[in-house]
Amino acid sequence: MLVDAAAEAPMAGSLVYFSTKSGNTHRFVQKLGLAAQRLPLGRDEPMLHVTTPYILITPTYGGGEAKGAVPGQVIRFLNDEQNRRLICGVIAAGNTNFGEAYGLAGRVIAEKCQVPLLYRFELFGTDDDVAKVRKGVEEFWKRQT
Amino acid sequence: MTTTQRLSRVNAINWNRLQDDKDLEVWNRLTSNFWLPEKVPLSNDIQSWNTLTQQEKQLTIRVFTGLTLLDTIQSSVGAPVLMEDARTPHEEAVYTNIAFMESVHARSYSSIFSTLCATRDVDDAFRWSEENPTLQAKSELILERYRSDDPLMRKVASVFLESFLFYSGFYLPMYWSSHAKLTNTADLIRLIIRDEAVHGYYIGYKFQQALAEATPERQQQVKDYAYELLLELYDNEVRYTESLYDEVGLSEDVKKFLHYNANKALMNLGYEPLFPSSVTDVDPTIMAALSPSANENHDFFSGSGSSYVIGKAIATEDDDWAF
Repeated sequence: MLVDAAAEAPMAGSLVYFSTKSGNTHRFVQKLGLAAQRLPLGRDEPMLHVTTPYILITPTYGGGEAKGAVPGQVIRFLNDEQNRRLICGVIAAGNTNFGEAYGLAGRVIAEKCQVPLLYRFELFGTDDDVAKVRKGVEEFWKRQT
Repeated sequence: MTTTQRLSRVNAINWNRLQDDKDLEVWNRLTSNFWLPEKVPLSNDIQSWNTLTQQEKQLTIRVFTGLTLLDTIQSSVGAPVLMEDARTPHEEAVYTNIAFMESVHARSYSSIFSTLCATRDVDDAFRWSEENPTLQAKSELILERYRSDDPLMRKVASVFLESFLFYSGFYLPMYWSSHAKLTNTADLIRLIIRDEAVHGYYIGYKFQQALAEATPERQQQVKDYAYELLLELYDNEVRYTESLYDEVGLSEDVKKFLHYNANKALMNLGYEPLFPSSVTDVDPTIMAALSPSANENHDFFSGSGSSYVIGKAIATEDDDWAF
């Protein structure tokens, strides 16, 4: 059964996410149950450096402007060239109440890093969102290899 | 009981020494979202208003009067009682902003009325609001919690008002907008909808903080009370919805919108959504009126992602970007 084991080898990539103290994105990631690394909350903490491909999950900030939509810590993380080179896609949290700006951080990052915006969800996501993303992420990495 | 410590004396507020940086984050968000109804050219809707039937006009005025009542409650009772339970002086300050913006919202409906409607029709609607049993019942269910001595349930009631009760009303301007009617009015309502999202998020966040300090027994009790209150409000909301929307045939879709928003209200409190996706599938044209890109398939995973196209260029002006 070695062949099967190889087929189920660890995924090619992982998840990197940011979540503020309110913890909505953290909770979504916990429900996914996939390997994930959280970006530090404070500016004075050392920034994460990744060495393997990853999908980024981020909340959207602000009141509808592109300026300020991406959390500062996520910008800091992506300013690192190696971190930026390894991003494969982005998933954004948001709220449709913000109209045009729903999940805007995801669109900003997709455009700046030239990666697909894979999915958007609201607050900490419904069970449907969790199931779709879990399945989607697994298949996404299979397609990458 | 909860361990919420009320502020017993007043000290000068220092925004450079924060106990909780979420207070400043939300203050900045709310103040940068500030607006007044004069900013929206409501008079451009006069022609459109005149295309509505008398029945549609009456429905619209009643819906806006119902929303006015909720804004009034939140401004004059809700936010002030939350202020009493504030854990930091900055949280108190955020509630002063919320209280004022709720007054702006209530004021806005009167701007819509004075621009579009006949005075007599508006007076009739205010009379209707005082006598309508389901509108009065929802007001009473919330006020009861606000008058209680339970800071956690006050926040629960407040989040349900901000994130759930408004939506039977918000549905209608989104509906008109999706039919290219009253589009300026809809723009104004979208500003209100944006504000309510921040209010619900923030009050829900403060609720979760206070709840985390309670005993497990107390946590369970509050959770039970919260779901109980939601279901009580929901039953009443269904009756309110039917009494307003049955005659225009929209009740069933409004109920889906209620389910969708009830789930978000629960999530703001940190609780799991209650309604399955089979009953939250709001008409896509309503979702598009709320959030123009809401139906664009950003579900890359479903396979339709091959057609993913990066949308129109977005100005990313943040100085922080280094690339």
